[in-house]
Amino acid sequence: MASVGDYIRGSQIWKSIFRHPAPIDRRNRIVVMLTNFFLHLHPVSIKQQGIALSYTWCMGGITFFLFLAETVTGVLLMFYYRPTLEHAFNDILALRDVTTLGVMREMHRWGAHAMVITVWLHMYRVFLTGSYKPPREFNWVVGVLLLVLTLLLSFTGYLLPWDQLAIWAITVGSNMARATPFLGHEGPGFQLLNIGGFDLITNASDARFILLGGRFVGEMTLNRFYILHCVAIPLVVALLIAIHFWRIRKDGGISQPL
Amino acid sequence: MTHNPDLTSSVIFGLGWLYLLLALLNIWWTARIMKGDPHRDKEAAGWGAYSGLLLMAALAHLTGSSSPEHFHIRMPNFIKEFIDLGAAPVPYFTLTMVLFIAVVVLRKWFVKETVGWVLLNLSVLFLALSMTDYDFRQIVGKPDNVPIVSMLFIVGFFTWLAFKRAVDNDERRAAGKPLFEQEKNEKILVWPDLVYSELICMVVVTVILTAWALLLPAPLEEPASSAQTPNPSKAPWYFLGLQEMLVYFDPWMAGVVLPSLILVGLMAIPYIDYNKLGNGYYTFNERKFAILTFMFGFLPLWVGMIILGTFLRGPNWNFFGIYEPWDAHKLEVLNNVNLSEYFWIYWLQARIPVAPSGAGELTKILFILQREWLGLLLCLFYLAVVPFLLAATIFRSFAIKMGFIRFIVFSNLLLFMASLPIKMVLRWSFSLKYLVGIPEWFFNI
Repeated sequence: MASVGDYIRGSQIWKSIFRHPAPIDRRNRIVVMLTNFFLHLHPVSIKQQGIALSYTWCMGGITFFLFLAETVTGVLLMFYYRPTLEHAFNDILALRDVTTLGVMREMHRWGAHAMVITVWLHMYRVFLTGSYKPPREFNWVVGVLLLVLTLLLSFTGYLLPWDQLAIWAITVGSNMARATPFLGHEGPGFQLLNIGGFDLITNASDARFILLGGRFVGEMTLNRFYILHCVAIPLVVALLIAIHFWRIRKDGGISQPL
Repeated sequence: MTHNPDLTSSVIFGLGWLYLLLALLNIWWTARIMKGDPHRDKEAAGWGAYSGLLLMAALAHLTGSSSPEHFHIRMPNFIKEFIDLGAAPVPYFTLTMVLFIAVVVLRKWFVKETVGWVLLNLSVLFLALSMTDYDFRQIVGKPDNVPIVSMLFIVGFFTWLAFKRAVDNDERRAAGKPLFEQEKNEKILVWPDLVYSELICMVVVTVILTAWALLLPAPLEEPASSAQTPNPSKAPWYFLGLQEMLVYFDPWMAGVVLPSLILVGLMAIPYIDYNKLGNGYYTFNERKFAILTFMFGFLPLWVGMIILGTFLRGPNWNFFGIYEPWDAHKLEVLNNVNLSEYFWIYWLQARIPVAPSGAGELTKILFILQREWLGLLLCLFYLAVVPFLLAATIFRSFAIKMGFIRFIVFSNLLLFMASLPIKMVLRWSFSLKYLVGIPEWFFNI
């Protein structure tokens, strides 16, 4: 058997992919971190505290892993789910009752809840260890943006099953936008935005209308939230995650002064 | 009204597993004590006996599920009545604040392993016994609420852990010893140490997520209908703290201004906190103000209000005890009064100024300003003058070290954060509705 393994590892195909021997000695453990695309996110060596579980709680890493899990389960769900008034609810019903691997919906929903919690805990840990202090001030700001986007991802996804729970939670949540100062038709100061006596901000042009694509939660809302949930927000999140990770490297690890 | 049974066979059976898990955990704990210190054998014997009791309870549940009505292990009624009796916002917030202050003040005692373990046991037992109540189960057992219950335990655990590390480091500092984080901090290779922990972590998370998904079906209610409004209508659980703020503020404050300020405030933290200590290690003494402020915002205000909004708010957003049935006809007398009404009617015994009919726009505005002058002045005073008072008194050293702009931003963010508890106390003590009530402009504070 050893010879088969050696043959594979000695073949041109294997060598073209991995280029270096297995990471079993010090030299190759260093080399693997530099030559592997997925590993090059990491530094070669790291301070012990940077990976001690009782210090890091691993919550940032788990959040990232949950984001990946949400992406995989989400893409699988997109093969089945159609975001229209006619199909949305029934597709979810089918996922529950008949579709093979319909459990992907459960994984997606519980993973989303878990991700919200792990983001909070990650932030809690970063605060309590003072890891936002110089030189990492800006990465904390990126982290706050990621927190907002995580909540928005979860919020937009909440509508998609198109059941009573979904539309009323979104109705309650988006009703707030009506009261946006200046930009909501029930917000303070909207009367100031008028030209010659005509209000620019009405219930058909205010912040809530833009969010919902209508005066109430309807088909356009489903479409908007679906695109926000599956395309727009994930793209921004992916970009910000890349910046967040890159900054960790450039700022000298997850914590402690340089 | 149909009577719903407090206990069913499947509930008893499920609780059996919970007791079994708790028993196993306590057996592990007993073994841990015996192994760790031979002088603690009496304590170990106590934990052993307790584990035995739990095992018996587990057996009783697992074998006794056939006749639920004759099952005796359940939350005593007098405790339920006692807890529901105190169910109102004021006792709830008082309790969360007392708990928060107790944890901070008694942190040296709180971080002892035995104390943590006893608290864990008590909370699991409370949960297990409460699950024998129908109404408690209705709300806690909702699939979407399960993560919130687990979040309570997780947040509690990590708060305990962080305090433990902080207390340890503060003691090391006082004794002139190196901090825990400095003691073992050599550079090590990422392969294998980090890469393997990441792999294990991913496997564990996948297993947990898969098990959770297989055991608990995701909620799916009736198809959406814009004609039937559920009562209560609740936002997704992570926004329920904001929804709870609607009790005290109008939507433009609770739903837009305050959430935006929370985010701006969070982003501003690294630029406000000039304290260079506590970078990269747990501590409490070196960053008391920062940690207290953040924890106050996260624990009693954010998490505490999510718990309140999820478990204690029922139909018409009325407050319900955890064992109380959600009765849509429960009446809560709301008789809140604006500050302007207090001022003109109660204190001056006069009429509220109203613009004469047919008055011009400018006259109307002047009348509104006259009616609300006191509240407007108070708010202006709060945001424009109080920062300077703070700078001259309790935050003197902050103001000097931060400089003008930084301090103004800091104090205004802090004052906005404080506005929520202030408005709550005003509401509870004076039934105050709005400090400034200008519904004509949707401008109510």
